[in-house]
Amino acid sequence: MRSLLTATFLLTAAPALAGVNDVIRDHALPGTARFASATAALDAAAQADCTDTALRPAYQEAFDAWMGIAHLTLGPLEEDGRGLAIAFWPDTRGMVGRSVARLVAEEDPIATSGEYAEVSIAARGLFALERLLYDEDFAGYGAESYSCALAQAMAADLAVLGREVDTAWREDFAATLGSAGEAGNSRFLSPREASQALYTALATGLEFVDDQRLGRPMGSFDAPKPQVAEARRSGRSLRNVVLSLEALQGLAGTLSDAPTPKADAAFDRALTAARGLEDPVFAGVADPASRIRVEALQNDVRAISEAVGAEVAPALGVSVGFNSADGD
Amino acid sequence: MPSRRHFLAGLAAASSLPAMGWAAAGSPVYLAAARDPSGDYALFGLDGTGHDIFRIPLPDRGHAAAAHPTAPEAVAFARRPGRFALVIDCEKGQVAHRLEAPVGRHFYGHGAFLQGGAILATSENEIATGEGRIGLWSRAEGYARIGEIASGGIGPHEIRRWAEDVLVVANGGIRTHPDSGREKLNIDVMRPNLSYVSLSGEVLEQAVLPDDLHKNSIRHLALAPDGQVAFAMQWQGEQNDAVPLLGLQRRGQNPVLAEADLAEQIAMQGYAGSVAFAADGGAVGITSPRGGRLHLFDSKGDFLASHRRADVCGLAPGRGGFVATDGLGGILSLQEATLSRLTTASRAWDNHLVAIDA
Repeated sequence: MRSLLTATFLLTAAPALAGVNDVIRDHALPGTARFASATAALDAAAQADCTDTALRPAYQEAFDAWMGIAHLTLGPLEEDGRGLAIAFWPDTRGMVGRSVARLVAEEDPIATSGEYAEVSIAARGLFALERLLYDEDFAGYGAESYSCALAQAMAADLAVLGREVDTAWREDFAATLGSAGEAGNSRFLSPREASQALYTALATGLEFVDDQRLGRPMGSFDAPKPQVAEARRSGRSLRNVVLSLEALQGLAGTLSDAPTPKADAAFDRALTAARGLEDPVFAGVADPASRIRVEALQNDVRAISEAVGAEVAPALGVSVGFNSADGD
Repeated sequence: MPSRRHFLAGLAAASSLPAMGWAAAGSPVYLAAARDPSGDYALFGLDGTGHDIFRIPLPDRGHAAAAHPTAPEAVAFARRPGRFALVIDCEKGQVAHRLEAPVGRHFYGHGAFLQGGAILATSENEIATGEGRIGLWSRAEGYARIGEIASGGIGPHEIRRWAEDVLVVANGGIRTHPDSGREKLNIDVMRPNLSYVSLSGEVLEQAVLPDDLHKNSIRHLALAPDGQVAFAMQWQGEQNDAVPLLGLQRRGQNPVLAEADLAEQIAMQGYAGSVAFAADGGAVGITSPRGGRLHLFDSKGDFLASHRRADVCGLAPGRGGFVATDGLGGILSLQEATLSRLTTASRAWDNHLVAIDA
């Protein structure tokens, strides 16, 4: 069964806001700025030339930038469904493909209405755009086609989302997080609630790499599912694992004031394994010989979770959630 | 089933209670279990603004408590698959009775009082068959086991008094066996239902879900003053499937399933932990500790608002709306559109906030 990762107080350690401020300054704000810039560049590229081959480099850059903040699910990314509007995955009901197919088949005028944000979140963001740019059912469209205009609308929408997330972090949420426990802060009732929220993002992010980015394509030994690997159409499945682990390593290192040698070593080990995997979309999960290396990587990621739970959590005075982990 | 003699004895006992009732225990409005910083567990009586009235140690982590409607007694259940429940005298602050599940049965963690408090009903598993059972206990006889009835399904979890001789039962549909802990043994064929069961054991009415939602375990219940029942569900399929987690039902009608917009529905992670109506029945809320969300709907099932709070789970009617508890020690007031702090304490509040005589 899935483990559960909302953090809660152990109620014994002293409050520690230093790490929270470090995360805001050195991790979150640089990440949201980079994502805003990369999605603005994607938008500019799409306005210049919206055909698939022209747009792919800017798309890859924007997705790279997304991996730097995708785990920061607290705050601006959880408001107005922004996180899912940017990246609708895992798509357990096949909504992205259906939504994009419908828009294209009907040549829905929403694409040129300037109000693309009104469509279903499954038809927005990086995964909808991936279909247009990489899926053989859609890619190869002409410069004057509906699909090209649709790609422009998706890119412009992503740029708006990138700007909103960055602005909301800089102008609002950074202050909310940094003033945890102060009078008038109804979101974080004590300094440790801010540490707890960031620790939850770290622990949840690691779990997401383990059971979603790796676990979904692995399926079971008898029923591997490489076809559901994240962003396999754009060839990014393994790259997303590497980049998300790098981002989570950055978060862990910034959040913790104390040295975390075990977590550092576990991150290094998993990253070395991931970078050496040479299986970009986890096609190898269907072959026992190569599957064993993906399993080993998954174990390495689990070892990070254990090390983080043993080292980072106690230093912050937090642990996994009391109710979310109970499940009754 | 309880005999007429038991019934009358129970009534006699109820009417001979000291007039003080819950006032003798400080007139708590809520009961809630929590884990202290020391790791010890306790049952707390709370006033309407979330402040402590009493603290009674518990031997272990509990699940829910059932409050007697008049006498200052609470029944605390062990987490499933629990074999015991404790009747706690909240005036004296001590365990008054210990209920052992009969051989071949275990508790599922919830109970309710019927017949003015004369009879305690408990949700149970008949281990050999997996059939749901409702155990009946006579308060007048020191909480002696006086019988049992069928729950109308598999895996009964929360039960509520719908009338003095009618229970509404959340048959979650999931078969478990104590030999395998909480392992779910029948997910592919599970079929939860909401049953109205008379004290004499008759299933008066059953509501079921559409076939494509058969993996949506009906687990927790709330009751509006007009008899409308709200049920909260826990999805056993993919966490991102965004299925409805709240149902509203009136006797004789099909349930209405309620959901938020797609992004908010996904954020609940397929899990609702508690459900409550506002005191006037006009609004209903569900909590997701996994999603850190509290969703509010009107009594027709239209989505009203989403509030964020990490590890939020306990939910009960409160002044002007609702009161919620979380695993971080927070007690929060939800009035109209505003979620605000009532108290914070150095303890982790457990799954449920129980309104006394709600």
